[in-house]
Amino acid sequence: MNIVKAAHLIYDYITQDDETGEETVSRAIDDVDLDISAGDFIAILGHNGSGKSTLAKHMNALLLPTGGAVWIKNMDTRDESQVWDIRQTAGMVFQNPDNQIIGSIVEEDVGFGPENIGVPTDEIWQRVNESLEAVGMTEYRQHSPNKLSGGQKQRVAIAGVMAMRPECIVLDEPTAMLDPNGRKEVLKTVRKLNKESGVTVILITHYMDEVILADKVFVMDDGKIVMDGMPREIFSQVEMLKSLRLDVPQVTELAYELKKAGVPLPDGILTIDEFVQALENVKRPEISNAQKKEGDAHVDPS
Amino acid sequence: MMRDITIGQYYPAPSVIHRLDPRVKLVGTVVFIIMIFCIGNLAGYVLATLCLAGLIRLSKVPIKFMLKGLKAIFFILIFTAVLNLFLTPGTAVFQWQFIRITQEGIVMALKMAIRLTYLILGSSIMTLTTTPNHLTDGMEKGLGPLKKIHVPVHEIAMIMSIALRFIPILMEETDKIMKAQQARCADFESGNIFQRAKSLVPVLVPLFISSFRRANDLAMAMEARCYHGGEGRTKMKPLKYYSRDYVAYIVILIYIIAIILLNIFFDPIQTMIFARLGL
Repeated sequence: MNIVKAAHLIYDYITQDDETGEETVSRAIDDVDLDISAGDFIAILGHNGSGKSTLAKHMNALLLPTGGAVWIKNMDTRDESQVWDIRQTAGMVFQNPDNQIIGSIVEEDVGFGPENIGVPTDEIWQRVNESLEAVGMTEYRQHSPNKLSGGQKQRVAIAGVMAMRPECIVLDEPTAMLDPNGRKEVLKTVRKLNKESGVTVILITHYMDEVILADKVFVMDDGKIVMDGMPREIFSQVEMLKSLRLDVPQVTELAYELKKAGVPLPDGILTIDEFVQALENVKRPEISNAQKKEGDAHVDPS
Repeated sequence: MMRDITIGQYYPAPSVIHRLDPRVKLVGTVVFIIMIFCIGNLAGYVLATLCLAGLIRLSKVPIKFMLKGLKAIFFILIFTAVLNLFLTPGTAVFQWQFIRITQEGIVMALKMAIRLTYLILGSSIMTLTTTPNHLTDGMEKGLGPLKKIHVPVHEIAMIMSIALRFIPILMEETDKIMKAQQARCADFESGNIFQRAKSLVPVLVPLFISSFRRANDLAMAMEARCYHGGEGRTKMKPLKYYSRDYVAYIVILIYIIAIILLNIFFDPIQTMIFARLGL
């Protein structure tokens, strides 16, 4: 079943010039079709201004389409009577952890969502306990969010969404403001939720290494989806990604460069382990051959 | 260090007063303050003093913390006392050129000083024993009936609790902006008060802009989590009255009645006793 579906989605931002009052229309999303099936781990990639955040906000009915339509579990986001059901089905985690935590105590913040949808008190507690457990923040339940690290705050925010029992979580650059450790924590949590609770995850990011474990990747540029497929398929097109101002993971780029230099490596190497494996499979003389070639390349310019 | 700042002046201690329902404490404080201004004679003040002393003992908050609150109003206290002392007309006990101190003036000055002191002490007991969150919860629930006349009680409480949550964040941000500007040779420490206030303007502008951005983000995050006002909202930690709260209400009621009775009956008794003693 498709949990998120978009057809011919168009969204225009209208900006008004302060002095002249002239209105300019800029198209943030341009004719996007999207089909996401339940239980998947989806990544949406794109550099700044590619429209990926705008797309994310459509999945939560925070923005409504200018043209086309978005359906969350067959509910049209334009239907105002269903807006709370939609937001309950597709939870959203934002970039800045400070600006999305409402409660002054961790457990109160997690309970905020269930309170809003009118869950009875006993069940709120049960849901809060479960959600905190799921993100591994139970021991911090009595803490003030101000004293947590960025990664911990973001996990609290995820717990806050989980407490509403969503079927799908949209994470809008959840790691952009975190340090490497915080990023790891958050990604681990998200992956665990996807695997263990079967929640559909839509991860929006511009970090390439975060999307390696996704089931499917969409790449956006200038409001359009320009590439889609398995991570391996996407990352085998290094040139294309570079033209979209996206970086490939370091190891993928190294493999790509080696291949260009003549080492017979497969396309789309994603992890270091894979790379080591692939290198071992390459026969020795060919390596030395390739090294020679590279060596030549080094000598040439001088 | 800015993160550890305590908001309000909550003093954690395991006391009955701490465990009371915030609504009881709110009502009690309001009653106490109103009654201070209704007391008509010495016996009333004695009773109020006894009650206050008892409450402070019960709350297990060191008296030092209570008196801290008084420091802030020290000047107002002196000011009102002095004004009352010199400007109340009546029989003079001391006169030197245009300065005139009257008997009524002394009584009035004392009264005002005592009233103000008790007012501050009474409300500090509440703020010292109740967390800000509890207080807003209590206000929301306690003022609930005002919803009928379209007072946005839930919204006000929500605004207050969000403000409380963002105070430390904004303070940290102020600190960051000031450091960033100091790194570029901004001077916040020298000059007179006007110059210093002026040098804060470049701090306030970015702070203002960023708080708007934060507000915008927060509003969106709240909407994404299905926030749609107080209607149909359940509570994770609903306020519930326990037997101790009912006892507290009864104590408050007894206090009101006692003050009123003292006002009515104490004066004749006092004159009677004084007459017997030949005073």
